[in-house]
Amino acid sequence: MSHNVYIYILIMFGVSYAIRVLPLTLIRNQIESPFLQSFLYYVPFVTLAVMTFPAIIEATQSTLAGVLALVVGIVAAWFGGSLFSVAAICCVVVLVSEFFLV
Amino acid sequence: MSDKPHYTLKNKENRRAFIDGMRDGIPIGLGYLAVGFSLGIAAKSAGLTPGQNFLVSILCNASAGQFAGLTLIAAAGTYFGMALITFIANARYMLMSCALSQRLDPNISWWHRLMIAMGITDEIFAVTVSRPGYINPNYTYGAFVIASPMWASGNAIGCFAGNIMPDRLVSALSVALFGMFLAVIIPKARESKIIAGLIAVCFAASYAAAHLPVISEISSGTRVIMLTVALATGAAVLFPHVEQDEEGDDVNVA
Repeated sequence: MSHNVYIYILIMFGVSYAIRVLPLTLIRNQIESPFLQSFLYYVPFVTLAVMTFPAIIEATQSTLAGVLALVVGIVAAWFGGSLFSVAAICCVVVLVSEFFLV
Repeated sequence: MSDKPHYTLKNKENRRAFIDGMRDGIPIGLGYLAVGFSLGIAAKSAGLTPGQNFLVSILCNASAGQFAGLTLIAAAGTYFGMALITFIANARYMLMSCALSQRLDPNISWWHRLMIAMGITDEIFAVTVSRPGYINPNYTYGAFVIASPMWASGNAIGCFAGNIMPDRLVSALSVALFGMFLAVIIPKARESKIIAGLIAVCFAASYAAAHLPVISEISSGTRVIMLTVALATGAAVLFPHVEQDEEGDDVNVA
């Protein structure tokens, strides 16, 4: 059986979009349950933290460069660095440190 | 019936939000470009043309989800298999969408809900939730119109030219996305000991899950969901967060 690549693409799009659009359109009011409220309040922090580490130290050629980017990024963010500046600082830390490490 | 919020770009505040979104879309887009290159190479070996891979990317905007889909195309899997693997690899967006639903003005139009949904990626979600108060959809659109075409272009170029970027540059750009995540979560950790502790626990749990036998075999997308559900549940049980007029906090519930 041969498969049409455009049908694959259509399925990928349909499923990816449905996942994103259904909660946003079906949950039209503020959730009352204190548990669910708390759960959804914590979701962004947890999911972003979990995606950041250990992935950041595995993304770079040298693990140490990733660790340095993590530490410097945390310090920069702690002192109020903007999204752009923290991202840029992390990139520069990796670029510079890998000249010595790799 | 309360008033519908107006998000037209004729309004100065909305234009400002759109421009802010475009500004924050630039570092996101640069990271996407780098990641897109490498995904483009995978797409090429799965047999996609650059044009097809551009189409997939502009429609799906999902790195892990697209990669999972490509492996299925390469293996000539079934259409049902494609639907299932796309669902599993992208299921975390469902949690993000639930969280975003609580940050929208309840009277926002359907049209905006449908369009915001298109922009839920890890990074655009991150920058969107970091804004105080109700989400202004124009911010999300601004980030999306910059970042998504860069994502799709990176994918198409990677597919066309293989990896034309030197390894050093790919390595450096690959941390841009994580840097942005840190810029979103860390300032809140400074304000709240609970969030600070939670982030530390998340790092430790995520590290353990990536290295423990059995759990580390699970795909990273699924691990993210499992960890998110478990840890956010734990936090919600131990430290209920009721949106009252907590000083300095965003007023999420009007």
